[in-house]
Order: sequence, then structure tokens, then C-alpha cells
Amino acid sequence: MGEVKQLSVSAIRNGTVIDHIPADSLFSVINILGLEHITTQITFGTNLDSKKFGKKGIIKVSDIYFTEQEINKIALVAPAARLNIIRDYEVVEKHQLTIPDEIEGIVKCFNPSCVTNHEPVRTRFRIISKNPLRLKCHYCEKITDEEHLTII
Amino acid sequence: MNSLKNKSLVSINDYAPEEIELILETAERFEKSPPAGLLSGNVIAALFFEPSTRTRLSFESAVKRMGGRIIGFADAGSSSVTKGESLKDTILTVSNYCDLIVMRHSLEGSARYASEVSPVPIINAGDGANQHPTQTLLDLYSIRKTQGTLDGLNVFLVGDLKYGRTVHSLLIALSNYNTTFNFISPTELRMPDEYKLILEKKGLKYYEHDDFTDIISRADIVYMTRVQRERFSDPLEYEKVKNIYVLRNEMLENTKENLRILHPLPRVNEIETDVDDNPKAYYFEQALNGVYVRQAIIAAILDKI
Repeated sequence: MGEVKQLSVSAIRNGTVIDHIPADSLFSVINILGLEHITTQITFGTNLDSKKFGKKGIIKVSDIYFTEQEINKIALVAPAARLNIIRDYEVVEKHQLTIPDEIEGIVKCFNPSCVTNHEPVRTRFRIISKNPLRLKCHYCEKITDEEHLTII
Repeated sequence: MNSLKNKSLVSINDYAPEEIELILETAERFEKSPPAGLLSGNVIAALFFEPSTRTRLSFESAVKRMGGRIIGFADAGSSSVTKGESLKDTILTVSNYCDLIVMRHSLEGSARYASEVSPVPIINAGDGANQHPTQTLLDLYSIRKTQGTLDGLNVFLVGDLKYGRTVHSLLIALSNYNTTFNFISPTELRMPDEYKLILEKKGLKYYEHDDFTDIISRADIVYMTRVQRERFSDPLEYEKVKNIYVLRNEMLENTKENLRILHPLPRVNEIETDVDDNPKAYYFEQALNGVYVRQAIIAAILDKI
């Protein structure tokens, strides 16, 4: 099986590997990190076999190292994701994600009467509970919970 | 140092307890000695994207009695909003013409957003079902004026406690003053858990009831709100409970001497008109207090206190 895995998503020399992404969150993660604007080589795979998730996604970005703040943004959609920093084909650092205390521009407010759903306003939330996830809108002060969470 | 200078008032949570105290003291001073001429030379914009007779007239009266000028519109139909202008553009344009903007808008969070884009301070006169902080401050003023204190009172909140923004904001404000709360509402319209949790965290007592005829004798303040038919999914349920939450004059017979009845108005039928002549009825004076409190807020923000 090891060989198949290597063929699916080949190794990178330098950069960042994000592993253990739930398969159905892969494209959300790509959007949140704004990978469409990156000009270095990116490879990704999804629906790969995973003991933990059944199916998982993985993203490998060459020559890019994300700040902690950037990477924590994906914690909302892929809380179990692992971040590996690669230098010269070796994993030199491993990080686990933590949900930030405030998030901007990622989640849609569930309240249809919220100003952010009618005017060109960037959404902003304070995380009032991480488990279960509960986000308080900076504008309308209503709480969006996990069940109603939509990524922009 | 006036910490309220140039500071927008969007939510009651924006004011620290000492800032609330400053507004109440200033309002008291203005009530005793009217601040005529204080706003001479000032222009205040009142942007009512959503109509509201009482709040708008109260603000207009507050400004005019201080010698200020007021510009604006009373409904979005007579503004450029109908041409599709964004809220940001309206605020940025109007801010050129005035020293302060009072706004009411149906979108929740609109006042917070306006305060972030506006170079002049914003007073929120109601953003949908979210916040209406000047109402809360005038409620506090009315309670303190009639009771001599805000501390340790037994406050009855009656009616629609689920959707009523005035009762939610008042609860938060009073939670700093060792208040005992009695919530009286139909099951469908009970006080949401998040507000009960706030009281529990502060160690304050609250009790829930579905009727208040037998317990009203304990109340210092009865704050009435309207139970609206459209809040019920089952019209039969509404018919069953609609008369329980109506205050009648005879219910006030064995109540405390200091009891006062408050209501944010407009009243429909939840307080019978024969209560109006009872000295314990206070809702029209409460509306007058709104003028003093709004004068104090405007004067504080414009640094004229």
C-alpha cells in the first residue's frame, strides 16, 4: 500500500504538507488558505484511504510556509488536520491546529437579518465555545453553532 | 476626562457601569435644569431607515430642547437607499453634514457596521431585533428615579421574554445591581437560556412563572411587554394565554407602595386603560425620561457635559 500512497501525492522538497483533512473539507481548506493565488507547485489528493477517517484529503504546497494564524483558520473545517513543515524532503516540524479566538471572513452568519448578509461587510466572529463550536457574530451578536455553520 | 467623548453607542454592553452612572447623573441634572442652548451650532443627523415614531420624536425633542439642529429622514423611502445606495455610502456622505448620527435600521448589526465606517459617532436607535441601548438607559433611569436606587430590587418582566429585545438588554444592565428577577411568560415565550446563564454566573436569583396575579405583591418594578399573536405557531395557544398577561387595575390593590409599572410603548391591550390613572402607572413619565437620557447621551458624546 505504501507504494500506491507515494504515487498518489508525490513528496515535496521544501514546503508544507497538510494531512488528515476530512475528504469532504478539502476544497474548503483550499479556499480558506487562498491556494488559488499561490504560484508555486501545489499537489493535492482526496478520497485517499485513511485508518482514522475512512477517506482523507492531503495538500502539499512547495516553498510556502504558513503563519500560525493563517493555518488556524482551517481548524474550523478540519480540526484534526496535521501540519508538517518539510525541508529537504524531511519533516522538520509538526503542528496540530488550534481553533483561534476570533475569525474573520471565513464563516457566514446564520442570521438572515444580519447586516453581513446584505451589505458588503467582512464577517467577524468571536469563538465563545470550541467544543461544541459556537461563534458569536461581532455585528448582530447572534450565535452560529456547528449545525448552522457555512463556510463562505 | 470624559470617556464617552466621540464614542459610538451601539450596544448597552459598550458602556462600563461607571459610564452608565455618568449618563444617569447627567440626565438627572438636565431634568432639574434644562440644558437649553447646549447644542447651539451643532447638527445631528437622524437616519431612520425603518420608521419609528416614538424614538425619533424623542431624539428630535432632545436635540431641539438643547438648541441643536436636526436633519435626516423618517423612512428609507425618502432617502437614496431606494436608489440602491449601500449603507456605507449613505453613512460616509451624511457624516460630512453633521456632528453625530442617530440611526435606526432593520438589519441587525447595521449600527455596529456604521460605527466602524463612520468618522462621526453613531447612536443606535434600534437595529432590528438586536439592540436599542437608549431604551435600556431610559429604563434604568426610570427605575432609579422611582425607587431611589438600582440595587437589590425585585423586578418582574412580563410577556414576550423570548423575542423582546428591551427585556434582554434591561436584564443585562440590571445584572450589575444585585437584582432579583421574576419572569412571567407563556411557555412558548420564556426567557432564553443564554440570559438565565448570565444571571447564574453572577449568582443572581430568578424565578419563572406562567401567571403573576398571586405574586405581584412582591414586585418593586413590573415591566410589561406585549404578547403578539404572530409569535404563536398554534393560534389556539394564543387564545388560551392572551388574557393572563394583561395588567388590570384591581391587580394593583395589595401591591407595594413603591411599585411602578413600566412599558416600552406602544401599548396595545396588555395594560388596561384604567391602570393609567393609578399613581403606580409610570409608562408615560418613562417616555418623558427618554428625552433627558437621550440629551445626556448626546451631550456626553459631543463632550458638552
